Amino acid sequence: MLEQIINWFPEWARPFIMPMLTIAIVLQVNLGVCSYLILLERKLSAWMQDRIGPNRVGPWGLLQPVADMLKLLLKEDVIPGHVNKFLYVLAPGISVFTTMLAFAVVPFGPVPRNLSATDGQFPYIIAPGVDLGLVFIFAVTSLAVYGIILGGWASNNKYSALGAMRASAQVVSYEIPLGMSVVGLALLTGSMSIEKILLHQADAGILGWNIWFQPLACVIFFAAAMAEAQRLPFDLSECEQELVGGWHTEYSAMKWGLFFLGEYTHVITISFLTSILFFGGWHFPWIAEPDSQYLGSTLVKVLVLLTKSFAFIIVIQMLRWTIPRFRFDQLMGLAWKVLIPLATLNVVCVMIVKQFHLNEWWLLPMSAALFLGAGLIGTQSSRPFARRTSEPVAEAHGHHAHAH
Amino acid sequence: MPINPKDIEWVEEPAMNFWESTYLPAVFDGLRTTGQHVADFHPVTEFYPEQKPDLPSHYRGVHRLNRDDKGRVKCVACMMCATACPARCIDIVAQDAPKDDPHWADRDKFPKSFVIDELKCIYCGMCEEACPVDSIELTNIFDLTGMSRQEMMFDKEKLLSVFDQTKDSAHNPVRTHKGKLGHASDFTNLHTLGPATSVRADDRSAKANSAGVIE
Repeated sequence: MLEQIINWFPEWARPFIMPMLTIAIVLQVNLGVCSYLILLERKLSAWMQDRIGPNRVGPWGLLQPVADMLKLLLKEDVIPGHVNKFLYVLAPGISVFTTMLAFAVVPFGPVPRNLSATDGQFPYIIAPGVDLGLVFIFAVTSLAVYGIILGGWASNNKYSALGAMRASAQVVSYEIPLGMSVVGLALLTGSMSIEKILLHQADAGILGWNIWFQPLACVIFFAAAMAEAQRLPFDLSECEQELVGGWHTEYSAMKWGLFFLGEYTHVITISFLTSILFFGGWHFPWIAEPDSQYLGSTLVKVLVLLTKSFAFIIVIQMLRWTIPRFRFDQLMGLAWKVLIPLATLNVVCVMIVKQFHLNEWWLLPMSAALFLGAGLIGTQSSRPFARRTSEPVAEAHGHHAHAH
Repeated sequence: MPINPKDIEWVEEPAMNFWESTYLPAVFDGLRTTGQHVADFHPVTEFYPEQKPDLPSHYRGVHRLNRDDKGRVKCVACMMCATACPARCIDIVAQDAPKDDPHWADRDKFPKSFVIDELKCIYCGMCEEACPVDSIELTNIFDLTGMSRQEMMFDKEKLLSVFDQTKDSAHNPVRTHKGKLGHASDFTNLHTLGPATSVRADDRSAKANSAGVIE
């Protein structure tokens, strides 16, 4: 049926129809899901803190996102007088644009093999067949820091500037472990295409999921991705106690809402990526195999993927109220002293296995050994800042007036 | 003055054991705690406008002026509360009780006007402490609102009506004598006050046989 509709268009327009339809669906669903995820996060944090959470708008507060959205849209859009207007208005747009763009190569269902843009099959991915999908995602999500830096800088406010500085240092640092952690996957699969990594796992069954071969990479990827998305415990760029609101201190109304939307889209993207890259994507034994052809199997596959991603979103939201925020030197130490060496060694392990044609199951004990080794090194590391050995500074001359 | 280095005690950061230095067990431990709160959910939330908080009896809210057993204002206009008030929000104009009126026969003075600025008040309870006849008291009413500053100047009638509202509530302040005047207002048979310290020969109040009356 879709093919007939596509053929009704002139030939030059046909390749655009399915992507446009997919983009429209993804965008709308994303907006709705984001607003309800915010409600879920508020409810979940309330439950964790023995509160009830939003419960006034609609039954159990279910209409709260609608009220929030209306409020954000109708609020006065304040642009302070001391800001650089062009960059100030541009920043939230960049923030949303980049996170939405990153979702283009993330499959959200079973991508059909041998897909063409004009045969009327629903692609379940905005941009099918991007062979550099992983690189594309990391390239685009690291652009998101532009939105933060521009927003913080254009605000002409020291708190915003400090938040933006922190954010840029943090994102630049965590780019590296994030990229390194998935190099192993690319080596194992032989492709950087996210669809191919997914299909590779689906064809191999539940024991072929990458989590069995790359558990350490999964942990590194998840931690680094949370840092990229500026989520707690890595949200130093907007830590309220020190920086008022961080880089969005001067933003209000829908511009602030766009930053928030960008952050949440990022969370959705990393949840999808974690479930696709490490947990088999839409594959689940018996109910969603690559060759299952029963009626509604496509829907089941989509639901399996959504369930996996939802589980990771829940974990991210639970972690928010579980782990206290890192200190900035701890944050940098974690990236440069722990995650980057571990991710690099993990890649070396994968290379050894591939080079010497070992069984891939060797990677499981190798990852465990790396993890335990890191723990052992952690117990041995000295903390030179704990004790100050130098003598206290001698009293300066000329301050005898009140000494006696 | 610099701190003597001998007085400084450096506290060492405790060394982390193996599992602590791998971070993950602590994360799972924390997730277990927060997860237990979600699974075993006992909210402590009070639904405020529908469900009023159960305040303790010594809560200090809006003032009231108590009535005695004859329904008159208990206040004897002694100005003790206005004197004690650190915010100076109490304004009293005293008046002699009409001697020929049998209703007021046992009273000497009463407030002609008694105004408390509820916006100036800091709700410290000093007026209540100072009051010799347990007339002014702070009630449990905490949700005081008004549309204008003038509305928040509580006069005698309003303060008495606060008493009428709150006297039968479960939160009637514990300090009250419930309608009986305190002993300080019992001026017909006051106890003789002996001087606590040696007094000068010309001190009339020390020689008076009843307190408060100086010939």
